[in-house]
Amino acid sequence: MPGVLVFAELADGGLASISKELFSAGRPLAQALGEPLCTFIPAEKGGEVAKEAGALGADRVYVAEHPLLREPHPDYHLIALERAVQQVRPSVVLLGKTPLGINVGPRLAFRLGVGVAQDVVALKIEGDALIAERPVYGGNAMARVALREKPFVATVRPKAFEPLDPTPGRTAPVQAIPVAIEPAAVKVKVLERKKVEATGIRLEDARVVVGGGRGLGGPEPFQQLEELARLLGGAVGASRAVCDAGWLPYQYQIGLTGKTITADLYIAVAISGASQHMAGVSTVKNIVAINKDADAPIFQEARFGVVGDWKKVLPAFTDEVRKLLQQ
Amino acid sequence: MPLTIVVTAKQVLDPETPPSALQIDPSRKRMVGPANVPPVVNGFDENAVEAALRIKDALGASNVKITVLSAGKSFVLDVIKKPLAMGADELVLVQDDACENLDAFQTARVLAAAIKSMGTVDLVLCGRQASDWDQAQVPLAIAEFLGLPCVHITRKVEVKDGTVVVERVVPDGAEVIQVPLPAVITVSNELGQPRYPTLRGIMASTRKQPIIRKLADLGLNPADLKPKVELLDLYIPVRQKKCEFISGDNDEEKGRNLARRLREAKLI
Ligand SMILES: Cc1cc2nc3c(=O)[nH]c(=O)nc-3n(C[C@H](O)[C@H](O)[C@H](O)COP(=O)(O)OP(=O)(O)OC[C@H]3O[C@@H](n4cnc5c(N)ncnc54)[C@H](O)[C@@H]3O)c2cc1C
Ligand SMILES: Nc1ncnc2c1ncn2[C@@H]1O[C@H](COP(=O)(O)O)[C@@H](O)[C@H]1O
Repeated sequence: MPGVLVFAELADGGLASISKELFSAGRPLAQALGEPLCTFIPAEKGGEVAKEAGALGADRVYVAEHPLLREPHPDYHLIALERAVQQVRPSVVLLGKTPLGINVGPRLAFRLGVGVAQDVVALKIEGDALIAERPVYGGNAMARVALREKPFVATVRPKAFEPLDPTPGRTAPVQAIPVAIEPAAVKVKVLERKKVEATGIRLEDARVVVGGGRGLGGPEPFQQLEELARLLGGAVGASRAVCDAGWLPYQYQIGLTGKTITADLYIAVAISGASQHMAGVSTVKNIVAINKDADAPIFQEARFGVVGDWKKVLPAFTDEVRKLLQQ
Repeated sequence: MPLTIVVTAKQVLDPETPPSALQIDPSRKRMVGPANVPPVVNGFDENAVEAALRIKDALGASNVKITVLSAGKSFVLDVIKKPLAMGADELVLVQDDACENLDAFQTARVLAAAIKSMGTVDLVLCGRQASDWDQAQVPLAIAEFLGLPCVHITRKVEVKDGTVVVERVVPDGAEVIQVPLPAVITVSNELGQPRYPTLRGIMASTRKQPIIRKLADLGLNPADLKPKVELLDLYIPVRQKKCEFISGDNDEEKGRNLARRLREAKLI
């Protein structure tokens, strides 16, 4: 019976987008193994989310409810997941490559004495092994790796899989998993959460993103990018070089160690297109690059390109966009 | 007794190497750059060294000892000694042929054994990930193997009254976290620029010799270090070059033409 166990995360009271993606990643594995697709929901209250998981294709839903699981504290979630794994004894455990997943997944694996395939974009069962593909060297190469000891643990890159649509009326049996968390035994204590004020559309959700790079030369030009983003109903993002320079806070960083965006249109201004940056835009179909260097790597992945000085290209582009939108 | 900090640091292919100059060595299943481009200390490990040096600055030089630890098959000494030039006190290299193809799990076993062999260690600082295999796992495994608490991906690290207070980077800001020592902390570039070695630091580092250890010195047998994650294949994905370049008599016209083309393609 065992199963493929999806470690679910919550966002805005429902299943997080990455968790829905994990159902599509996990379904073919469950089929190949002839085992059920299961999900584990650690939460303060899991009832509604359990229903959502059933509609999205889970065959069995396990829920651990505990007040301490309200915040994404890795240690508390690790205790809960360990408990679930003891009970379900899954063949595969899938987590998102999220702040929680990259802590909990590897630590679970090491505790169990197995390896973990981190940040994977493709998965399949082959014989007795789980085969995973993962970008390495900042995305300049791909590695194909095999895990041979169960449970196979993998963290999956956000947006690598398309979430499935829910089937209305589809339900799955729900089972509670009791977890005891002894806060005194957990040494990692969160004293304070420093939240940055979020304004406007979230970068991760924006349909249009205007990204700026080191070639902008300083923080001021980002006002022009903001203006364009506002016109297009989008958000502004940046390369790591921009954030390292202190021109924008790190919340704006797109890429391997920054945010993954899902926009339909990404306009990259004075960004060279290093693989680590492109890792955050890999599912964007329409990349537009404005760069003065015709050999910049960004043009290899862009659909439309302008070779030119952004100082001249961008204002003229923005004015024309404004005109077109007014028509 | 001074506060003892171990900083793990890996020698990696320079991530600034242009992709066109990168090649795969199929026999070793790894990426190689041009022979004349030297490797570098993994960037996030320099951030971890910087974090350690800031603790040393805060607590006083004689109250903190910083040992840099690296495992590998071979090292370019001028490269791996950079943390010494920045101000670290000592360098331990686990240098062994069997260290070439270790996965994260086995690398962490080696590093954990090396840390154990050092006696009392109060704080282990690591980079958040190595820019070659991008695994972001080794520190978590070190923590598990040593039975230590771990905070992953931080931008500030301070030692206070037998604890370490850190700021963990999360998507919407940061968490201020306190952990009793000993602990494992990973450091990210949000910490800020690592300091440049001073001339004095460079001079001092040339006089320091690394302490070399073999796996056998750590009680490890290469035959037991079979990877848990087996690398089957490494390849460079093919990118289709399909960019449509927008023309125009000058940059302004190109900008306007771009807007029109995007409109035509119904993208705006
Ligand atoms: C482990 C690791 C993780 C990383 N993670 C990330 C990540 O998550 N996100 C990220 O972005 N980076 C990341 N990086 C850094 C990445 O490798 C690059 O260094 C970075 O993306 C470069 O930023 P950039 O394109 O803004 O700057 P540059 O590479 O300096 O490019 C600037 C560009 O601007 C162009 N330009 C200059 N002037 C003009 C002008 N007047 N008009 C038009 N164009 C102009 C230049 O031609 C150039 O192409 C990571 C690196 C490592 C090693
Ligand atoms: N061979 C190694 N020697 C020393 N430190 C290492 C080694 N491999 C990984 N590390 C440390 O672990 C961190 C994360 O590495 P990784 O899990 O490989 O991405 C790195 O930033 C280093 O601090």
